[in-house]
Amino acid sequence: MSEYLLEVKNLKTCFELFRGTVKAVDGVDFTLKTGEILGIVGESGGGKSVTGFSLLGLIDAPGRITGGEILFRGEDLLKKSEEEMRRIRGKEISMIFQDPMTSLNPLQTIGRQIDEMLALHTDLSSAGRRARILELLNEVGIPTPEDRLDCYPHQFSGGMRQRVVIAIALAANPRLIIADEPTTALDVTVQAQILKLMENLVKKFGSALILVTHDLAVVSEMTHRVVVMYCGKIVEEAPTAELIRAPRHPYTKGLLGSIPRITGVRTPRLPQIPGMAPHLFDLPKGCSFAPRCGYATERCREEVPAMRELSAGRRAACHNPVSTEKRTAGNG
Amino acid sequence: MLKYLLKRIFQMFVVLFVVSVIVFCVMSFTGDPVLMIVPPTATDAQIAEARIALGLDRPLWEQYSVFLGNLLRGDLGVSYMFKRPALTLIVERMPATLELVFLSILISLAVALPCGVFAGARPNSPLSRAIMGGSLLGISLPSFWVGILFIFYFAVEKGLLPSSGRGVTGLLFGVPFAFLTWDGFRHIILPAVTLALGTLAMLIRLIRAQIMEVMRQDFIRFARAKGVSWSSLLFSHALKNALVPVVTVFGLQVGSLIAFATVTETIFAWPGMGKLLVDSINTSDRPVIVAYLMIVAAMFVLINFIVDIVYTLIDPRVDLR
Ligand SMILES: Nc1ncnc2c1ncn2[C@@H]1O[C@H](COP(=O)(O)OP(=O)(O)O)[C@@H](O)[C@H]1O
Ligand SMILES: [Mg+2]
Repeated sequence: MSEYLLEVKNLKTCFELFRGTVKAVDGVDFTLKTGEILGIVGESGGGKSVTGFSLLGLIDAPGRITGGEILFRGEDLLKKSEEEMRRIRGKEISMIFQDPMTSLNPLQTIGRQIDEMLALHTDLSSAGRRARILELLNEVGIPTPEDRLDCYPHQFSGGMRQRVVIAIALAANPRLIIADEPTTALDVTVQAQILKLMENLVKKFGSALILVTHDLAVVSEMTHRVVVMYCGKIVEEAPTAELIRAPRHPYTKGLLGSIPRITGVRTPRLPQIPGMAPHLFDLPKGCSFAPRCGYATERCREEVPAMRELSAGRRAACHNPVSTEKRTAGNG
Repeated sequence: MLKYLLKRIFQMFVVLFVVSVIVFCVMSFTGDPVLMIVPPTATDAQIAEARIALGLDRPLWEQYSVFLGNLLRGDLGVSYMFKRPALTLIVERMPATLELVFLSILISLAVALPCGVFAGARPNSPLSRAIMGGSLLGISLPSFWVGILFIFYFAVEKGLLPSSGRGVTGLLFGVPFAFLTWDGFRHIILPAVTLALGTLAMLIRLIRAQIMEVMRQDFIRFARAKGVSWSSLLFSHALKNALVPVVTVFGLQVGSLIAFATVTETIFAWPGMGKLLVDSINTSDRPVIVAYLMIVAAMFVLINFIVDIVYTLIDPRVDLR
């Protein structure tokens, strides 16, 4: 078996809409090792969620995975039947959604919703499952779990619900967890707690984690490596520390500009990248980022830049990568 | 909970009071029952005498207060035609209507639930399209026409099923019911199916729309990400959520089935409350009509109340207060 837990090769997911085809994910490659935390960042609409759903085979019509490979433990998930995928979902790969307010079934107790996961993917007896549910709830920091089993989601706050969702995602001890903006819908104070919790649990359970977010600040604190997505493509990949210290793609640099620095005066969180991402229906001819890019040349507007290895473990798809010599200024 | 119950009961009385006023007023302005009762040869003096005997000579508000007083004592007047208490007449006919309606509801649910869930879960399959086409027919065809068609085909042409009356009845708790005997059961099939069609078609469409709506929601996708199977996704996650709004419509539908089984009962000569109502309207039998309307209004209020209770059983977010 390969050294990777997950190898995504040239993944393409399209949506056939009335107005035309949207290439929401267009030739994405990345890899992930056991125990690794990978960040996927980018502005909204960049294809991050679609990438996550594609990994689980949860793309519904009019969407379709049109090409590529998703090798999970050496086996291509795209070749699996729906029934085989069903046994992988939750057990091998589980997912945490953005909005905890809508992720849980409003008409089932949380105990039952965790139990469902255990009943599907473990051999535990009903007493064994109950003990495990209490253990999980305890693990995710829900006080007095015995009293909470029979509560319904609406009796919980957003942060508490996300804890329940995390408990469900962890219940069957999956090898990979995909967290799609798990804290975006939560209060800032709760965000930090939930992220810390996830980080600790992932370490403790030995799972790999893909953390999808539009917020580089979140990524910088938790992940080992980062993939930056723009308009369905990966534009840069690097170990987190290097990416934060010296972004090579102008888009990454722009994203970084919106992070408040830890030291010194807080810079306001202004959008540092001028303009808006183009609509996927009418992408520009060359580099999708060219119209918003301060470094763009004639070539960028004509020719789509290929992904290039810049140094060991670093790659970017850019004709004019930002030089590493000239350190970027504090506020980008 | 107790406070809620008291509040509901109070509301129920307010509604019934308002209904009683409306019903009484409307009845007082339509037709002169005295002329229907006295023999055609009656003299003016005899007519006036009858009017006094029936209390119809007194001012309206006085007639109403007498009516209301009687109402509160459970006395809904005496039928002009049958010379028996109107309430008794209706209660006697009630089992026939109730068994007809009950069977119709069973048929509607048994067909509409699987069809609606399937059409909602697989909206693009040919079978779903067929179901939807059929339901459109069911909604648009008037029940009297369908009833007559059924009689013509199943009773006249094929001679398979009887087309009129209730047949032999059996006793349950001392109350006669047709479905207890084979003959009675054969009699109830055609009217029950006829009565069920409209409700069934509407429920199919409603359930389908609700299922489609629910299947788009995040928690369904999350359940799929858990590895939940398709059937369990539909039946243990989607269906219950889809039923919340269906319950209201269903409740109202049960009410109108009971109240307006009239047409079906008339076509199939089914001796229920509906047929009694039509007969009473034809003879201006005012006490029976008024009693019927009051009972139906009470039934609607009661069903609404039951719907609210069912709500709380389905949806933990609903708070009775
Ligand atoms: N169900 C869908 N139908 C049509 N288009 C979709 C659908 N889901 C996603 N898309 C398209 O895919 C693009 C990427 O979406 P998404 O992955 O949700 O972005 P992100 O998660 O990065 O914010 C969107 O711009 C949208 O146009
Ligand atoms: Mg997203």
